[in-house]
Amino acid sequence: MNAILVRDLVVRYSARVTALDGVTLSVDTGAALGVVGPNGSGKSTLLKSIAGLIAPTSGEVLVFGKVPRKLERGAIGYVPQIEDVDWSFPASVRDVVAMGRFPRMKTFSQFGAHDRAAVDEALAALNLGDLRNRHISELSGGQQQRAFVARSLAQEPRLLLLDEPTTGVDAETEEALLHIVRGLVKDGLPVVMTTHDLDRAPEWFDRLIVVDRKVLADGDPETVLASGSYAAIREHTHTHGHTRTTP
Amino acid sequence: MDVLTAPFTFEFMQRAFVAALIVGALCSTMGTYVVLRKLSFIGDGIAHASFAGIVIAYLRGFNYAFGAAIVAVITALGIGFVHRRGKISLDTTIGVLFTGAFAVGIFLMSRSQRYSVDLEGFLFGNILGVSRDDLIIVCVLAAIVVLCVAVLYRPLLYTSFDPVVAQASGINAAFVDYVLLVLLALTIIISLQSVGIVLVAALLVTPAAAAAQLTRRFVPMLVLSGAIGTFCSVGGLYLSYYLSSASGATIVILATLIFFAALALRRRSA
Repeated sequence: MNAILVRDLVVRYSARVTALDGVTLSVDTGAALGVVGPNGSGKSTLLKSIAGLIAPTSGEVLVFGKVPRKLERGAIGYVPQIEDVDWSFPASVRDVVAMGRFPRMKTFSQFGAHDRAAVDEALAALNLGDLRNRHISELSGGQQQRAFVARSLAQEPRLLLLDEPTTGVDAETEEALLHIVRGLVKDGLPVVMTTHDLDRAPEWFDRLIVVDRKVLADGDPETVLASGSYAAIREHTHTHGHTRTTP
Repeated sequence: MDVLTAPFTFEFMQRAFVAALIVGALCSTMGTYVVLRKLSFIGDGIAHASFAGIVIAYLRGFNYAFGAAIVAVITALGIGFVHRRGKISLDTTIGVLFTGAFAVGIFLMSRSQRYSVDLEGFLFGNILGVSRDDLIIVCVLAAIVVLCVAVLYRPLLYTSFDPVVAQASGINAAFVDYVLLVLLALTIIISLQSVGIVLVAALLVTPAAAAAQLTRRFVPMLVLSGAIGTFCSVGGLYLSYYLSSASGATIVILATLIFFAALALRRRSA
């Protein structure tokens, strides 16, 4: 079964800003899909559409055969590119990771043994065990990123969406994330992740797509990188990428 | 002991203390969400907006509090709607809608030419004039607010911290926002009559702001804020009895002093 089915997806933010212009894509369970493209190419929009955060202007997005908003709570784990949260919010690392359990819990149910185990496991998987009682403002950028990935793991999602999780993080965080993504895929989970790191794409992904409003290339990472879309994107990113702004 | 029990010899003081206790605890607990969501303006805003409801109720001849509550809830929902659909920041939205609703009240009043509502009493409250019926309404509405917060405890916490990811994980963040705004509108309206506009605005912000200086965990902040709010309300009322001062002002001054004490305590420990 297709975990994700995207058909003729068009997303317009306004009459003049078209983020995605006819994307068709399917993702199987137990596969990691890498999404690359220049800044402002619609990568984040694609992830948000799959997460059900943005309604398609036209076309459709189905996750496990359903419109994302109709899925059961907790089905989609999403880690945004920039966590626009208030870092002074009264919460420890463990508190944040525990929030991942909330969508899975009934209204008046207690935080049970399974919930605690899921939180502990997620903390351990991202090497956050020692930092669990720290306030979130005391973490480094990489540690913050790991806390948010841990929260999405604690949720026990059926699909994980990661938006540039490796941008601006330390090597320890990057390796931990790679280990987790490969582990999840091995367990049969679908993972979709955007990245700028083309060089390591074959290590991370089973499949790579190049996106710039449309899918420009799609296939085995090695093949896609060798096809020249890679060079075109890199050139594009280099010359235009940094001046383009994401709407 | 006489110092503690003396005020209770008057029945109106007994009612005032119960009202102070409930309103203080309710406002300051809800204040945790107000402070964390940066809605500090909302108490003032909803209270002023409700003025239009009072005028309409007066002109149409129905209960003032009912008119105020209706307009307050409509304004709260309007704030949520304009904020979401217009993608306009909450403080701007609150600023536009509350002055708009307040102006509608003034407009209607100016055209009627026979207006004689005790506006001052409504806006500044009179905790010593709380009737038995007022107290019953306060209790019932407070119970409803507390029940709703208990039911939505986890979604409220998650969406207060990270609405986008909460939404992606299947929590209806828009619904939670609207419910919170309506609960705040009800809290403000039920508190307004007994304690007045300044005290509502203060109790929705100051105890939670003080609690935020003393703890960096959510549940302790919620509990501490409620405790500080209750202490200030009841303590302020006692003080006002012995100082022969205005009760509302005394409560606000006490809360403000506690806020600065908490701030000093944090700076010393930091």
